[in-house]
Amino acid sequence: MSEIVFDNVWKEYGDQIVLEKISLTIAPRAFVALVGPSGCGKTTFLKMLLGEEAPTQGQITIDGVPLVAEPGPDRGVVFQRYSVFPHLTVLGNVLLGKELRAAPVTARLFGAARRAARDEAMALIAEVGLAGSEDKYPAQLSGGMQQRLALAQALIMRPKVLLLDEPFGALDPGIRADIHVLMKRLWHETELTVVMVTHDMREAFTLGTRVIAFERPRDRPEERERYGALLSRDIDIWPPRIAGAPLSNTPDQDDLVTPLDHGQDDLAPTQGV
Amino acid sequence: MRWINRKPGPGVRTMLMLAPFVLLVLAYGLGSMARLSDNPSDKLLPALGTMVDAINRMAFVPDVRTGEYVLWSDTGASLGRLSIALGLSTLIALVTGMLVGMLPYVRALLAPFIATISMVPPLALLPILFIVLGLGETAKIALIVIGVAPAMIRDLALRVQELPREQITKAETLGASSWQIALRVVLPQILPRLITSLRLQLGPAWLFLIAAEAISADSGLGYRIFLVRRYLSMDVIFPYVAWITLLAVITNFALDRLRIAVFPWSNLEAR
Ligand SMILES: Nc1ncnc2c1ncn2[C@@H]1O[C@H](COP(=O)(O)OP(=O)(O)O)[C@@H](O)[C@H]1O
Ligand SMILES: [Mg+2]
Repeated sequence: MSEIVFDNVWKEYGDQIVLEKISLTIAPRAFVALVGPSGCGKTTFLKMLLGEEAPTQGQITIDGVPLVAEPGPDRGVVFQRYSVFPHLTVLGNVLLGKELRAAPVTARLFGAARRAARDEAMALIAEVGLAGSEDKYPAQLSGGMQQRLALAQALIMRPKVLLLDEPFGALDPGIRADIHVLMKRLWHETELTVVMVTHDMREAFTLGTRVIAFERPRDRPEERERYGALLSRDIDIWPPRIAGAPLSNTPDQDDLVTPLDHGQDDLAPTQGV
Repeated sequence: MRWINRKPGPGVRTMLMLAPFVLLVLAYGLGSMARLSDNPSDKLLPALGTMVDAINRMAFVPDVRTGEYVLWSDTGASLGRLSIALGLSTLIALVTGMLVGMLPYVRALLAPFIATISMVPPLALLPILFIVLGLGETAKIALIVIGVAPAMIRDLALRVQELPREQITKAETLGASSWQIALRVVLPQILPRLITSLRLQLGPAWLFLIAAEAISADSGLGYRIFLVRRYLSMDVIFPYVAWITLLAVITNFALDRLRIAVFPWSNLEAR
């Protein structure tokens, strides 16, 4: 499967310590929601997991194997913006991963191979609710549709791990709820460990099996450079959500978001008074 | 309403667009008339009719010595040089620009060098080119390439680097190699910009072409202008300048249409 382990990971940019002492084990098929104030290092954390940035200290392993220092096809990613290619149609975007994998030199597929890949891509496009838009360019899609496309594009590679950096942060609430339903279904149906950065507590508790928070314990201006953010909260959602068992004991569907306000109180000690 | 929010309608827009051109012709006509009424043999601002005669002579009457239609053979010679030079520049700019933009090693090697080369005034090199490459076509083409390629390379390299890092990362997570990223992510997104870059270099390219033709050639639009200058033939020079301008305007427009036709996505409003 795909157990991700952070072993005492530190990240510094020059003199600035961004993250400190991050030790964390992410179980296979978990859906980890990562929250924290802006600038506390959430994206940095994700970049390290992606292989785009290397830890200054410590080690990250997936299934016991140290992470290669480059992004690769075992880890898919969706960013808030620029995740899809503006010069390719919806179909072209989803097909791209298959073409890259199958044709090292031309990076294009022809004939029967193309038809097979196309069928798979079309199925995935329908799955994310974009059937009928195959020939549109991303600029002709709404923000929500673009993010659906980005999900389909990442999932066609069947990655073990899917990394999401505030993927739905720019969407309207209604559209966001729809895409949450989709995200949940994809997580249930695909062999996938998800790590999602969000600034929306509600989203974190709606989707996650586990919510972790980063926070800087020392945040006075003169301290900011020498002290990074720590992993300050680690909450397992109760009752547990289990991947592949969407109809298990709890009604954990999207519309039921009651535990949210409690969740927020839990994370913001100053609010309780 | 603020002036920044007032917009002309289609009719007014067309009128405004034409006004400066009409005014220019009008001003010329008046100036020409004034001078000619003082001195009918004045050559500086020939009457429009005289220019029509000249155009007729250059374009539609074969030259007595060579039997060629001078305007067309000049145009052919100039456009031939220009297209070879611009084709070469485009190719060089595409390959080098992508390498510099994508590969940190090539960037470290070439970026400062190209930045330096692009500061050399090409016209100052012209005598060297004529000495080294002879007075033939090679030197003229080389001048244009040296004049426009560095700017195009830098422009393209910058555009490549401006591609959102997220896109490159995304391609990597789709398993793309450097070559595949160049082929499927960078190249198609840079081609529309290459066309735009080429359009922006049309002006400099004509400048270098005419400079080279003025100094050494036996045909070409620039050659003709500098040849008839000896006889103060403003009636030929003015139409030639207008013709060169028209050619450049048409090329500019056609290249933009080409970009939109081949890369329709490049004209969609980015979100
Ligand atoms: N490439 C970089 N170079 C220097 N500092 C960086 C770089 N990337 C991020 N940082 C700094 O690291 C901190 C965390 O950034 P980031 O991970 O983007 O925060 P978040 O995603 O939680 O808002 C910020 O203070 C930011 O300025
Ligand atoms: Mg961020």
